[in-house]
Formats: sequence, C-alpha cells, structure tokens
Amino acid sequence: MKILQANNFDLLLNILKENEYEIIGPTIQNGAIVYDKIESSRDFPIGYTDKQTPATYRIEKSNNDAFFHFVVGPQSWKRYLYPPVQKLFTAFLNGNAIKFEKEEFLPIKYAFIGVRSCEIQAIEIQDKVFFGGEFQNNRYKTLRKNSLIIAVNCSKAESNCFCTSMESGPEVKSGYDLVLTEIIYDKEHYFLINSGSQKGDEILSQMNLLEADENALKLGKDVIEKTKSQITKHLNISNLKELLLKNIESSIWEDVAKRCLSCGNCTMVCPTCFCMTVEDYTDLQKTKAERIQKWDSCFTLEYSYIHGGSVRVSVGSRYRQWLTHKLASWHEQFGTSGCVGCGRCITWCPVGIDITEEASKIRKISEYQNISLEEN
Amino acid sequence: MDVMIPTTYKVQKFFKETHDTFTIELKSIENKNGFSFEPGQFNMIYIFGVGEIPISISGDPNKHGVLVHTTRAVGTVTREMAKLKKDGIVGIRGPFGKPWPIKEAVGNDILLIAGGIGLAPLRPVIYHVLSHREYYGKIILLYGARTPQDILYRKELERLKSRLDIDIIVTVDRAVKNWTGNVGVVTTLIPRAPFDPINTTAMICGPEIMMRYTIVELLKRGLAKENIFVSMERNMKCGVGFCGHCQYGTEFICKDGPVFSYKEIEHLFGKREI
Repeated sequence: MKILQANNFDLLLNILKENEYEIIGPTIQNGAIVYDKIESSRDFPIGYTDKQTPATYRIEKSNNDAFFHFVVGPQSWKRYLYPPVQKLFTAFLNGNAIKFEKEEFLPIKYAFIGVRSCEIQAIEIQDKVFFGGEFQNNRYKTLRKNSLIIAVNCSKAESNCFCTSMESGPEVKSGYDLVLTEIIYDKEHYFLINSGSQKGDEILSQMNLLEADENALKLGKDVIEKTKSQITKHLNISNLKELLLKNIESSIWEDVAKRCLSCGNCTMVCPTCFCMTVEDYTDLQKTKAERIQKWDSCFTLEYSYIHGGSVRVSVGSRYRQWLTHKLASWHEQFGTSGCVGCGRCITWCPVGIDITEEASKIRKISEYQNISLEEN
Repeated sequence: MDVMIPTTYKVQKFFKETHDTFTIELKSIENKNGFSFEPGQFNMIYIFGVGEIPISISGDPNKHGVLVHTTRAVGTVTREMAKLKKDGIVGIRGPFGKPWPIKEAVGNDILLIAGGIGLAPLRPVIYHVLSHREYYGKIILLYGARTPQDILYRKELERLKSRLDIDIIVTVDRAVKNWTGNVGVVTTLIPRAPFDPINTTAMICGPEIMMRYTIVELLKRGLAKENIFVSMERNMKCGVGFCGHCQYGTEFICKDGPVFSYKEIEHLFGKREI
C-alpha cells in the first residue's frame, strides 16, 4: 500500500495519459455527478457531495475538499463499455445485391477512475451477459479487456445504498487494477493506493510513491468501517429467488402498478440492465440502410410486441418482469443476482418506488400465508 | 464473424401458400456449403431497411442447398417479405435455438400437433422422421386450420396421406361447402388419435391457447409432461440472448428454446403476461 498526496494526484493522471489511456471519471454536469472525460484532478467534483433519497438527487457543497465524497450518480460505466446507441452495420443495396458493412469501433483504452465496489460487481455481471456464454459481444469484450479499473472505497453511504445486502461493497475487494482510499485527517489529504493486477503494478511502478505507514492504514480501515455503519437500507436475499418465482401471480404487482409510471428510468440508470432494441434508418434513395442498436427497457409496450399485440400489456406485468429478472431469473441465467445494491433505481424513480420494499412485501405476504396455513 | 451481421441469400422461388401465407426458397450467395439446421431452429431474416424478425425454418433438414421459410404476412417485415420476387435478396442470421427432440424420440411414436401456421416449424420434423422411418414408431400428424382455404401445404399433405406409414388427420374450425372432412378445433382429435401414450413424444406448435388446451388433452390421455414439447414465441431482436426481449420467466426463448418440454415451463405456461 502506497500513499499518493491529493496535491500530487495529477501524477497518476499524467502516467495514465502517457500509457495511452482515455481517462473517464466523476465530474459535475447539469447538477449531477456523471462520468465523463477527465483532464486533470480539477475536473473531479472537489468539495461536493450528493444527497439521495427515493425520487430525489441533489448535489451540495460538502465541508471538505474531498475528490470522491459522494456515492453513485445517474450514469454507470456501462455507458462506455456498452454505449446507449451503437451502429451495428450499414447495408448497401445495389440493384439486386446487398452488401453488409460491419461498423468498426475504436478499441479505446479506457481508464475508469472512481469505480465503486458495487460498480465493479455490475461490470462483472455484464461480462457474464456479453461474453460468458456461447455468443460474444466483441465490442464490449474488447473495450472491457482494454480497460483499467481504478476503484475507490466509498467514504460515505447514502440512504438508498444497500450494497452490504448484495455482498457488493462498500469495500473494494477484487476486480480492480488500482484501488484508492481517500483520507482527509488533521489537515492532511492523501490517498492510499494499492494494486490488484499486473496492469495496476505497471502503473504504480511508474509513480515512485512512499509506503503507507500503520497510522495511514488504520485511517483507511476507519473510512470503510464508517461507510459500512452508514448503510441503513437492507434487502433480505435468503430464498428471494424462490419466493419471487413462486409469487408471479401475487397481487403486489397490481399494487406497485398503481404507482409505477412505466417510464423506464430504473432500467436506464441500472448498471446491469442490458436490454436493447434495433432501429433501421434508410436514406431517401433506399440504397443505404443503417442498423442502430439502442438501450431498451422492459417497461415499454413495444418490448414484448408480437403479431397482434404486446404480451405484457399491464404495468404490473412489466414491473414484475423487471424485478423478478433482476432478483430471481438472473440467477438461473447468469449464476448471479442482477442487482448490486447501488440504489440508482430508487433514487431516479420519479415516484420513489423502492426495489427493496417491493421485494420485502412479497416476503411478508408469503410468510404470512405460510403462518396462516400452519394455523389452519 | 460477427453474430449480429447477416449474410446474404437470394430468393430462388417464391410461392403463395394460402391467401395470407407464403414460402420462400433461398440460396446462400457467400456460402458454397449451403445451410445446415436442425428441425425446430429459426433464423433472423433481415429485409433491407425494414427490419429483422425471427422465423422458423420449414424445409427439409437433409437438403443443404436450399433454405426454406414459410410465414404469414402479418407485420411490417413479413408484409415486405410477401413482396419478394425471384432473385430478391434477404439477410440471414442463424440457425439459432434448441431443436425438436428428434434424437431423444427415437423408438417412440411421434405425435405432431399443429395449429395454423404452426405447421411450418414442424414440417422439418416430418421430413426427418420419414427419411429415418425405421427409427420411429407410429407417426401421427393432427392439424387444425381455420377454414379449408387456410390449410397449409395442402398438396403435400394430400400426397403424404397416401403413404401407409403416417396418419394425417386434418380438421377445420369452420367448414365451407364441399368440405367433407373433420370440423372442430384440433384438440377434439386427440382422444381418438392412434398413439401409445406411454411411448409417445408429442411436439406441438400453434397459438399459445391452442397449445394449452392440447396439453390438457394429452395429459388426459396419459402422456408424461417430459414427453410433451412446445415451440414458444416472443419478441426477438437478436436471437442470441443479448437483447432480452424474448425472456419467458427464467428462460431466453432464443437460446434456451424455442422448443421446451412442458415439464420445463409448466410453472409459467398459461399464466398471464409472462
């Protein structure tokens, strides 16, 4: 474990640039902390923090000059590894012949800086979706393999965070190339920095940093412990898959449908949601047609459309599809939950529907039914 | 090779089957080895500038030189497909999906039950079992169409009926003048169909409601759930498990199906809006 002084942070950024990485990290845009291109440490949301409750997100000044004293915003890293809009191919029609020209992509080397523990888990979940099976998404796979993950241990939790329930945080334990812990203590401001891979070793070896002393290590542990203690939201995941799959005809889906606007925000902010649709665009002469892939949401009517109509007409059935996919079907499909407890879907739901509350209702109803059965 | 990029096929033959269904015979332009598939698999068919849809393959699996699709002109893409002519070009991705259990069914009676256009995905099974006749017991096809005019592959069915080693029973929902055959939904044929329930593999394809009531009748006859197979349908954008659209409970119809045993999906089957 080494120490990187906050006022020397650009050393790390410069080395990343020298190693031909495009640096993406947190920065403020339109009143939210988003992930975008980082030129220097001044681009970070220095001195800002976020406040999140169901249906509410605000950034505000914090009482220190921390670089990373906030949790996760509306975007996730999937925006870069799996862009919202991608061209798949252009088809050229010439007389009676069609030529398909595959859309090539730049194999950019991204350095993602400020990746949270829950987000690493989300990326690893998408890895399973895009190249864990028989078919491979080459674009995703290339960008992912090229990427450098510089994680940061969360220095705070917000009321929508439930990573401890999903075993995804707050401490960064694996899946990183470098990991940072930000420490502000007694006028000192520095980062503990450690490598978790060969790529991380190579970057670290170019920096010539001092070893962290025991005191610094202890302060680093305190940061994680403090964050852990701030987590108030919990989701009981024991038997949750079975409970949900058993209750697909429960009345709670109709109940949540009374509140759900089926806007699809939850699916857009979710770091693991991967659904997409395709659209075709032709030129006016009908000689050139482009096929564009776009993020899609299971909350739209078109999503389940087959000849004659949509399969999931009611809002309740669409919410059920989303929640049971995330917390139940995903286990069968990819051997992991589809939820990492980042809380984005709760924050960005315009009516504040809380995935943990809806899942708990199923458990409560189910437990009540079991008790009444036993009593009878 | 990118799994999302189609390869081009040329239309060799186009013919109308009924007033709203048609068949296209395609030949690969790029691949000299032709096209191989297993009965029950499907392709994603791309029509220039219009879109791409999943359609099951309905030709003979032993003939690699030609790729055959039968479909109904019902949506944006299929209506455009219906305008194809000889030498027209389509894009093909595939074959995708798990096939009908033709290997597992060796030694058994084969009971095929089709409703409407549902006969198209089962036709490759008919070709296969007839060309490997000695491996199977009785072969029975129960087919229901709306009206006599809606009977798909009518000439072929009449020709097959003349064979002594296959039973073909056709029924129509609504008869017209000159129809002297069965009238009624296809499920009414099941109680008297000549198969041995213990050693029968049933393969069903048709509208979900038709498959549901067919299963009810088959269970009454004593068929085991694991010997009843259905072919499911949902919206699909990719065919390879990336787009999410075809999810049916925990299953992806594109890669875990489209063929499922009833036992696998019993807990979902017939439930609303899954």
